[in-house]
Amino acid sequence: MTFVNWLKRNLVVIAGLLTLAYLLLPNIVVTVFSFNQPKGRFNYEWQEFSTAAWKDPCGVSDLCGSLSVSLQIAFWATLGATLLGTMIAFALVRYRFRARGAVNSLIFLPMAMPEVVMAASLLTLFLNMGAQLGFWTVLIAHIMFCLSFVVTAVKARVMSMDPRLEQAAQDLYAGPFQTFLRVTLPIAAPGIAAGALLAFALSFDDFIITNFNAGSTVTFPMFVWGSAQRGTPVQINVIGTAMFVVAVLLVLASMVIGNRRNKQKA
Amino acid sequence: MTNDTSGDVRLSGITKTYGSFTAVHPLDLTVPQGSFFALLGASGCGKTTTLRMIAGLEEPTGGTVHLGDQDVTALPPYKRPVNTVFQSYALFPHLDIFENVAFGLRRRGIKSVKKQVEEMLDLVQLGEQARKKPHQLSGGQQQRVAVARALINHPKVLLLDEPLGALDLKLRRQMQLELKRIQTEVGITFIHVTHDQEEAMTMADTVAVMNAGRVEQLGSPTDLYENPRTTFVANFLGTSNFIEAEVDARSGDDIVLKAGGGKLVLPGARCGAPTSTGGKVLVGVRPEKISLTHADEAGEIPEGRNRITGKIADSSFIGVSTQYVVDSPVCPDFEVYAQNIDRDPRLVPGADVVLHWNPAHTFGLDAAQDIDAGVDEGAAS
Amino acid sequence: MSTLTEAPPPLTPTAPEKKPPRRRGRLVPYWLLLPGILWLLVFFALPMIYQASTSVQTGSLEEGYKVTWHFATYWDALSEYYPQFLRSVLYAGSATILCLILGYPLAYLIAFRAGRWRNLIMILVIAPFFTSFLIRTLAWKTILADGGPVVGALNTLHVLDVTGWLGMTEGDRVLATPLAVVCGLTYNFLPFMILPLYTSLERIDGRLHEAAGDLYAKPWVTFRKVTFPLSMPGVVSGTLLTFIPAAGDYVNADLLGSTDTRMVGNVIQSQFLRILDYPTAAALSFILMAAILVMVTVYIRKSGTEDLV
Repeated sequence: MTFVNWLKRNLVVIAGLLTLAYLLLPNIVVTVFSFNQPKGRFNYEWQEFSTAAWKDPCGVSDLCGSLSVSLQIAFWATLGATLLGTMIAFALVRYRFRARGAVNSLIFLPMAMPEVVMAASLLTLFLNMGAQLGFWTVLIAHIMFCLSFVVTAVKARVMSMDPRLEQAAQDLYAGPFQTFLRVTLPIAAPGIAAGALLAFALSFDDFIITNFNAGSTVTFPMFVWGSAQRGTPVQINVIGTAMFVVAVLLVLASMVIGNRRNKQKA
Repeated sequence: MTNDTSGDVRLSGITKTYGSFTAVHPLDLTVPQGSFFALLGASGCGKTTTLRMIAGLEEPTGGTVHLGDQDVTALPPYKRPVNTVFQSYALFPHLDIFENVAFGLRRRGIKSVKKQVEEMLDLVQLGEQARKKPHQLSGGQQQRVAVARALINHPKVLLLDEPLGALDLKLRRQMQLELKRIQTEVGITFIHVTHDQEEAMTMADTVAVMNAGRVEQLGSPTDLYENPRTTFVANFLGTSNFIEAEVDARSGDDIVLKAGGGKLVLPGARCGAPTSTGGKVLVGVRPEKISLTHADEAGEIPEGRNRITGKIADSSFIGVSTQYVVDSPVCPDFEVYAQNIDRDPRLVPGADVVLHWNPAHTFGLDAAQDIDAGVDEGAAS
Repeated sequence: MSTLTEAPPPLTPTAPEKKPPRRRGRLVPYWLLLPGILWLLVFFALPMIYQASTSVQTGSLEEGYKVTWHFATYWDALSEYYPQFLRSVLYAGSATILCLILGYPLAYLIAFRAGRWRNLIMILVIAPFFTSFLIRTLAWKTILADGGPVVGALNTLHVLDVTGWLGMTEGDRVLATPLAVVCGLTYNFLPFMILPLYTSLERIDGRLHEAAGDLYAKPWVTFRKVTFPLSMPGVVSGTLLTFIPAAGDYVNADLLGSTDTRMVGNVIQSQFLRILDYPTAAALSFILMAAILVMVTVYIRKSGTEDLV
């Protein structure tokens, strides 16, 4: 009876943890199989323990090259989308102008559009213009679909900002530029950072739009896609695991630092 | 007071409209150097808009703002020698207390700010907190930072927009005295916007009562309280009882009025209404000026006092006084505050009573206005 | 208090004349918008027009294509590929419902029950994003492998009998069946359901639960009458953020499915990149876009939540 009661009370917790397990299971598999030594070309079945792939992560031709292409594209796409998106977000929150509704729709639509539609239509544009598919077409596409997400993230932050803070700065002898630099930008920074992080993640992990518009350029997701047809090297799992671990460590470190700083001050 | 007029604030015909809505009607106002001036009114009366036009945060639709001899109407806020304590303070959340206070000095290119900032923080008793972030301070401390951040710039005028609105009652009383002390110490002109009539009366030398974009009356707190010129002012500042009466005759400096069969006397100097015989006048009297006597002892009331009869409808004991509501033929809800010195046990709801007061405490207003103007706004604060 | 009522109403273009020095500021928003909006117009809106035009062209790759207003392409595409369209809607719909069922408890757990574990769980929900989703999807090939522990367990529990009867699996295989595709879609888009759900649940004042309890509502009734209705914005945006990308996806169907599980995304991809039949591909893409837009619009209207972004 008490067990049934306990179960009743904690049903939502158990269900939630099961979902969490479902979310994390593939990552566990990826990690475990990064220590596998597969017999054939595909790394889907456990054979025996080996650290060979960890010792030589770039041992497969083109893998680290594709990783570097992805990082470059993600870097420039993040920069471009964050800059353009932040400007739009400020215009939307801080100014009243004609065509506001149209602008809002233009921001919203890319997020409400299946990737394959954007990918295909962008390809028709590039084909019609006779553009050479490659690094630049991928970068253009990534900035395009990251833009809306940056706008949304920054807009939320700027909207929650008290307009009196900027008025206070003006009242305290800060001209428009100083006000922006000393008050607006620092306060909007977390929103801009969140938008940039999102843009980086989206760009780095994008496959569908890239697949259509990359020509012969190979990004990391495209390398993985290709290897799924030809044979999956263990190094893919090594890279995947490393990215997961680095991301978790970075977040944990930033939280610990943040906590300590708060404690010191309090 | 000095004869220096560089801290005078002079508004001439200043007005603000938003589309078809007029927030501030053309307004002339002069606030002399070194005074503590309060703009008092309910929300939406235009007091904050007026303040923001002085700060330069709002552009007037018409009229001019002068500081001393300088016309500052076209100057942006960052070029005006005026600083503001904002409602809910608007402290910069990303800067610590020290940097918040130093902000204005640094923007004006002053390099060595340490000494000044520390002195200012000591003045508001926050020297220990310099390296904390605003959210780590209590409401009262944040309020003092906001004052320090504005005062350190030695503005000609300090504007305060509901600076105590977010504090609890006890802290608010304390900060009222504190602000008053600081103002006396630095001698800067303070313009204080508030909806709290007690706050305005406690702190300010001069109060302007605003209503619907206009200044209803301007004067010292006592003047406004004792000689309100409109029912709005009479009701918004404290409580007033009104009796509709008819002018009967003049006797010397006094006016004799008829009300519900009885006679009331009103000093002519205290009547703001036309007093031709037969004209209507609203006779006002404050609840604490009235004495309450049981009807059985009506004969013991001295001659020459204004008197009306009634029946106690309700009484509530609130410690320092007892508040009675008396139902009288000339006024249905007559309020009386009696001090709890010699309480007559017969004065309970249902008792017949005589209300009487010194005619000198009576004031007269034009009967052609709403008796209840400003009642709810006053009660809300 | 007074700021609420004294805040200036929005300035209309007919607002009183401003003084010249500040008029310059009126162009600022347009300069801020210009680069980003231009980018979206050229690389998002213009391609849509090109695609629409391509879809009514005829010709061949060798001789080039011309606009001939050949609308029959649409009819041909639909009649040939309607099974893939239906599959897309079916799979994406199932995945969305599964995401809601699986995601809600976790979002609820993070919002109300996690206590000091909240941040950690939040990190664990987001962190998988940093491993390429293709690698993670490939991991499902291992998890759902024939004769593996998961398939064995499902077989023992007779789950596969039920899914087999529903036509989601065949025999004792999961891989290369619709179930595998739906499972992969659910997995891939689950965080897109959890995050908006969490955001709207977190905004709910915990005291509302106490108030509902105080007013004689049992926990389940509290959930049904208070919590769930208040989380509707999260449910709406979560389902949209899951359904839209799932309906256009071809990665899961390709990696985890078979030729019998091809979705419309697979068709568009192969028409565009392998068969090079641009008009058909463009027509299919256009139909998918139109279908999604119509569904989204109707859904948003019905649920009465217009502020998604």
